Amino acid sequence: MLEIRNLHAWYGESHVLHGVDMEVPEGRVVSLLGRNGAGKTTTMRALMGLMGRTKGEIRFGGADLLRLRPDQIARKGIALCPEDRAIFPSLSVTENLFLPPVVAKGGMSVERIYELFPNIRERGSSRGTQLSGGEQQMLAIARILRTGARVLLLDEPTEGLAPVIVQQIARTIAEIKALGFTIILVEQNAHFVEGLADIHYLIENGVIVDRLEGSEFAAKIDRVDRLLAV
Amino acid sequence: MPFDLNLNLILGQMVLGLVNGVFYAILSLGLAIIFGLLGVINFAHGVFFMLGAFLAYMLGATLGIGYWGSLLIAPVLVGLIGIVVEVLLIRRLYKIDHLYGLLLTLGLALAIEGLIRIVFGQQGVPYPIPPSLRGAVDIGFMLLPLYRVWVVVAGIVLCLATWFVIERTPLGAKLRAATDNPAMVQAFGINVPVMLTLTYAAGVALAGVGGVMAAPVMTIDPAMGTNIVIVVFAVVVIGGMGSIFGSIVTGLGLGLLEGLAKATFPSASSTVIFVAMVIILVLRPRGLFGKMA
Ligand SMILES: Nc1ncnc2c1ncn2[C@@H]1O[C@H](COP(=O)(O)OP(=O)(O)OP(=O)(O)O)[C@@H](O)[C@H]1O
Ligand SMILES: [Mg+2]
Repeated sequence: MLEIRNLHAWYGESHVLHGVDMEVPEGRVVSLLGRNGAGKTTTMRALMGLMGRTKGEIRFGGADLLRLRPDQIARKGIALCPEDRAIFPSLSVTENLFLPPVVAKGGMSVERIYELFPNIRERGSSRGTQLSGGEQQMLAIARILRTGARVLLLDEPTEGLAPVIVQQIARTIAEIKALGFTIILVEQNAHFVEGLADIHYLIENGVIVDRLEGSEFAAKIDRVDRLLAV
Repeated sequence: MPFDLNLNLILGQMVLGLVNGVFYAILSLGLAIIFGLLGVINFAHGVFFMLGAFLAYMLGATLGIGYWGSLLIAPVLVGLIGIVVEVLLIRRLYKIDHLYGLLLTLGLALAIEGLIRIVFGQQGVPYPIPPSLRGAVDIGFMLLPLYRVWVVVAGIVLCLATWFVIERTPLGAKLRAATDNPAMVQAFGINVPVMLTLTYAAGVALAGVGGVMAAPVMTIDPAMGTNIVIVVFAVVVIGGMGSIFGSIVTGLGLGLLEGLAKATFPSASSTVIFVAMVIILVLRPRGLFGKMA
């Protein structure tokens, strides 16, 4: 269980998270939905220890993540696939894939990763940034599957991608969910997370405004859509 | 006659120039690595070169440790000093403008140089060529001192090995990734602060190796670091700040150019590198191999 309690975060003087509360049960997929600027990425950055100033608590495995450095958080088995994908331009595709150190046993085998994402093998010796947007996204996901991290933070993995690739990413997420990974899936597209996530959180202006069970989501998806569209 | 175009003389001077070029390459390589990852223009680099030479001298004078022992031990000691310097001083400057790193390391260089001057005086100390490398090899147009052959070969091997580690190994991939995006590398579980410390230590240890190798062929005096580092900064500017391969090629190339100048127009030999720097800056402000941030 990952528990975010009363999380505040600042960029310099600007206060952007105003007490976020979320519970992420082990082995579940939890979506975090909100429109541009709502505070989704900031929440992910805070989870990973990448925000300068924060307040509140993030309980995980008996520790408060807000007190740890990013590398210590990663060693606890949490991995981020950031919104900008953060493919390293100085590294080849293969080097990008193997960069994150293995933090625990049980990561996905390289064979399986290449099966899921054949392009990553084919383009292995290219510079990471020579890949297409979709390929970069797959590389960014593949990169954290290898490490044995059990909690994956996926920040808008479908942003700007063609529908075929979005479907491929949905299949991949369903597959890793079946493997028992815990996933926080940040999205602006309610239809993408429908059926994938067990619990949905809605964030607005730096606070959680609603929490929906997967089972009630379909009935309320129009309302969610409206909230995201404004 | 000002232009005595004696081919043997030219070749001979160029070979000797290559020896200097090796030192330029080793030093600018370390500077490039440190600048790339830490964003610090390490003005103290020459002082670590000088410390390498002085430590070799001290290890010999006090403990009777010879050249080969010093070649191993002195760079380790220089690296340890580098760790202390990074942890106590340089680390505090990462969040502010690069200029402060330059100022800090410049001040540090002056302080260490002054300290060495107090202890050893202005004069400098002698260091013998190791017995196994005395003598000369006949390369047709000149008798080349064996020790200089060793410096050129070992120096180039050292540079290429460093290049290989950075460009072709997983360790080097971590370094390159941290140069691109340190926050993300740390978020993957790599302790970036420790990596910065060790990189600084390795960079200055490389300068220390250069210092030990220079000990038998240069005057070991407190100013030797500052003297060479000024040329090395010109090398870095010409090669392009931060380029690993560029610093090696440029270092060697400018050593050769300097040798050529010595043979053809001796009075210009000490300025030719700076003239080259001005020309390159005008034509290619990012340097020959530059990929400036
Ligand atoms: N580096 C920054 N400096 C200052 N303010 C920032 C910075 N990054 C984000 N913000 C502000 O913080 C708030 C939350 O941003 P955040 O990136 O978390 O939103 P988001 O929900 O991820 O949006 P999007 O869907 O556009 O990615 C926004 O108001 C944004 O303008
Ligand atoms: Mg975002």
